Amino acid sequence: MNTDYLPILVQFLIAGGFAAVTLLISVVLGKTAQQRSEVKDQAYECGMLPIGETQPRFSVKFYLVAMLFVIFDIEVVFLYPWAVSFQEFVRDGVWVAFYSMLGFVGILFLAYLYALKKGALRWSD
Amino acid sequence: MELLFYLFSAVMILFGLGVVVSRNPVTSALCLVMSFVGLACLFIQLDAFFIGIIQILVYAGAVMVLFLFIIMLLDLKAEEGRQINYLALAGGLILCLVFVVQLGSVLTSFEAGDVGKTPQQPEMTTDKNPEGLSELAMERMAEKKLPDVHLVGWTLFTKYNFPLQVVAVLLLVSTIGVVLLSKRKLT
Repeated sequence: MNTDYLPILVQFLIAGGFAAVTLLISVVLGKTAQQRSEVKDQAYECGMLPIGETQPRFSVKFYLVAMLFVIFDIEVVFLYPWAVSFQEFVRDGVWVAFYSMLGFVGILFLAYLYALKKGALRWSD
Repeated sequence: MELLFYLFSAVMILFGLGVVVSRNPVTSALCLVMSFVGLACLFIQLDAFFIGIIQILVYAGAVMVLFLFIIMLLDLKAEEGRQINYLALAGGLILCLVFVVQLGSVLTSFEAGDVGKTPQQPEMTTDKNPEGLSELAMERMAEKKLPDVHLVGWTLFTKYNFPLQVVAVLLLVSTIGVVLLSKRKLT
């Protein structure tokens, strides 16, 4: 049973190892650049001089897209077991499952239409 | 198997502590992601594969995106050199102590079942098919594997069709809410 998960463990190790090795290499290779000085920290030639915060506030548009993503993500959560069990529904003639999903997707399609009509997915406003 | 349970529990507790202790809100949020992943591993160990994957897909994926966006929108900075409020600290310690006492009293009075066998699996490996599941699902059960997605789908779409529609309406309302709130013109 546990050996089934061995590939996942290997993948975790590769992912973690990749991150660690990348960081390590950048530290080793960047050793010469670590002797900082006033001149080295300045912007190069005609580059902009850094002014202000390094973390600017983000537009609420990003949040809107994320929120809509979550809503349609939850739709997938219900679609997935429906798709897996669909053969059983067809075989046993449980047509209520089909119409139930039709209603579910239909109502969420209304939500999608609303968002589309309100221009929630349009970026430039 | 038991070792893995303690491993993932330790991971969850460590990263849970990281959420609280970390002064940088982004670090806290990423610790919470790792905590969710540990929880998903625990679910998968309990043969609840569907819940485990949903935990990663929805919580670690989608909900955490919302958390990060809130951090970015509110422009939270790392709390630096904040004075410790001793009154709040004392209150928190007392609350923790109460919870520990409660947990201890529950654990000492609780009779744990037999860990060796899982109760729901043997009765499902009957040769007839009471739930009307597919050949594939029955084969999986004969191999003592829980076809949890089949079971969730079957139960959801035979018994809980009306609540599903209510969920759809709830999602519709939340869509309208978020579009209304964020598309409002400031006058």
